[in-house]
Amino acid sequence: MKKFSISSLLSQLLLLLFVIIWIIPTFGLFISSLRDKDLLAISGWWTSLTTTEVNEIYRMSGMESQIEEDGYFKIKGKLFEDNSGKKIESFGITSKKINEFNIGDVAIFKDESEVLLDEDGNYEWRSRTEFKKKKGKRLFTTSLSPPAFTFENYREVLFKEGIGRAFVNTMAVALPSTLIPLIICSFFAYSLTWMKFYGRDTLLAIIIASLVVPLQMSLIPILTIYNDFGALFGVAAKSYPGVWMAHTGFGLASTTFLLRNFLKSLPNEMMEAAKVDGASHYDIFLRIIIPLSIPAFASIFILQFLWCWNDLLVGLVFLDQVPSEIILTAKLKELLGSRGENWEILTTGAFVSMTVPLFIFFALQRYFIRGLVAGSVKG
Amino acid sequence: MTILNLVFIVFLGILFFIAYFHISNYILDTYGNKTLKRYNFENSIRVIVFITPAFIVLFIFILYPVFETVRLSFYDKFGREFVGLYNYKWAINDPEFRRSILNNLVWLLVVPTLSTFFGLVIANLADRIWWGSIAKSIIFMPMAISFVGAGVIWKFIYEYRGPENTQIGLLNAIIVSLGYEPQAWLTIPMWNNFFLMAIMIWIQTGLALVIFSAALRSIPKEMLEAARIDGASELKIFFSIIIPYLEQTILVIWTLITIIVLRIFDIIFAMTNGEWQTGVLANLMYDWMFRGGGDSGRGSVLAIVIMIGVIPILAWNLYKHRQEQKI
Repeated sequence: MKKFSISSLLSQLLLLLFVIIWIIPTFGLFISSLRDKDLLAISGWWTSLTTTEVNEIYRMSGMESQIEEDGYFKIKGKLFEDNSGKKIESFGITSKKINEFNIGDVAIFKDESEVLLDEDGNYEWRSRTEFKKKKGKRLFTTSLSPPAFTFENYREVLFKEGIGRAFVNTMAVALPSTLIPLIICSFFAYSLTWMKFYGRDTLLAIIIASLVVPLQMSLIPILTIYNDFGALFGVAAKSYPGVWMAHTGFGLASTTFLLRNFLKSLPNEMMEAAKVDGASHYDIFLRIIIPLSIPAFASIFILQFLWCWNDLLVGLVFLDQVPSEIILTAKLKELLGSRGENWEILTTGAFVSMTVPLFIFFALQRYFIRGLVAGSVKG
Repeated sequence: MTILNLVFIVFLGILFFIAYFHISNYILDTYGNKTLKRYNFENSIRVIVFITPAFIVLFIFILYPVFETVRLSFYDKFGREFVGLYNYKWAINDPEFRRSILNNLVWLLVVPTLSTFFGLVIANLADRIWWGSIAKSIIFMPMAISFVGAGVIWKFIYEYRGPENTQIGLLNAIIVSLGYEPQAWLTIPMWNNFFLMAIMIWIQTGLALVIFSAALRSIPKEMLEAARIDGASELKIFFSIIIPYLEQTILVIWTLITIIVLRIFDIIFAMTNGEWQTGVLANLMYDWMFRGGGDSGRGSVLAIVIMIGVIPILAWNLYKHRQEQKI
């Protein structure tokens, strides 16, 4: 049995390695979105998880704030105004020796003025003679900074960078683009399963074939149709209803296919019995099919919703790239180009765009997996 | 458009379809039986009511475009004049096109294979460990997020700063701490493709993983027990029992990911926009849809090349469907 436990340990280590590799990218993004933007630009996100040593330069106040006390001219103040819990370890008065003094030491400048500093950044700078300069002298500090996180980036990104509006737009694209195909495909799948009509098998074969047709095949013709339609009726060629219908079209085959597979598994006797009782197809659909199909609907809803929420190409081609229409993914891509160096905006924006998918993922994982396993194939 | 207006049209849009089905069926239920005496006739109308919306959408968005794209590929950039094979000849001689085809082929070779492989290995590992379901959840998570979101995540990992600066990208920080020079990963031709593929593998492994997990449960426990009693090592069991048993599933997953990879667009568009020799067909097509006012002929040729890639899969699916229908 010893051999078995070693192999089990190896399996555990290997799996742990996979898990670490898979989680780190997302984790780094999340941590970064919570960091101060200035720190984000100069240090790796992993440094923010532990207490770190930072070197900084501060300038004390000038002559205006001096007071006379105990025979000294004194300038008192605080080097930094934050409550992040930063503690100064050591300090210096020249750039060459930044660690010359410890907290409690009295540092003496060339002009014989002296300075006292405590670990929270309060200083007392005193001199026998009056201070004459408008600018105070510089202090070089080395301090320990505990992990500090802030929601500042989220406030900035949601309200100033237009991500908030893009979030609303994405919702306005994704919800109808999920519900419309669900409505029309459930009737379609019902008739393909339970109604007899000429050409049914051909239609089913077309659906199977359409499953794998790449959506690139449709882009140019549909764009032409929309442009012609817009010109003919004097409306905008790119609009929300246009995107809904495009998503409906591209999701139609897979939605119908999955629903039909589910409906096929329902017992035929139930429909027959209802028919004998005088129920119409619509009655059967409303009172029998819909209640029974709730789990299947949930799976398909999640798949199609995530598809629409995460889509870039359809939103890019069929919507104008203006604030009132741009979707999250397109906005992110735009920011990648224009604010490529502002990682606080990119990481936070990306995380905002991931909130809804992650919520669905954690809350409804069971249905999501069921839908995928049921054979999601999508052009 | 204000948010209030937006909410309004969203409701209106959804309501429209519900109303269509409800009203048409209500009319049919109330008056159908009286006026249309013959049951079959009423049934036909019902079929038309049920399938018309889906059929119109299917026709406009899939069927018509397929034929129209084929037609446009033989026409000039405005789709007006017949130019024969001109667009196809252009494609064959275009270095950008050749580069894209090559990149697409490498993507098709690497991503489905590695994703399937990792998925299978992880499913197998997780199946035997008590915290396996948590591990699966974590590895599956990238499936939920967008390609662009994943792009941002990985661009941050590949971030490059000059050697004199502190590296904030994880990969370069590791490289520097090992004593090497930092690299601008996404601009190194040929290798950058693999850095982009890593993102796709990171995402698609989750898909392979969940499908394999479901399939693993179908392997009879007795078979595995018997092999263990006979002294077979876990590695031997993996290669001699599990892989042959899951052959069908492996094929399904491999095709599934192949279809997704064939039309890969978002990742490359967001990360490099096809620069530094990373372009693939879908990006080149998007480019030609808008470059110089748009060229529908060349764009269509590119779409057709992508389509040709899925035709074997399409034929196979139809063949399987026929077989099922016979039974």
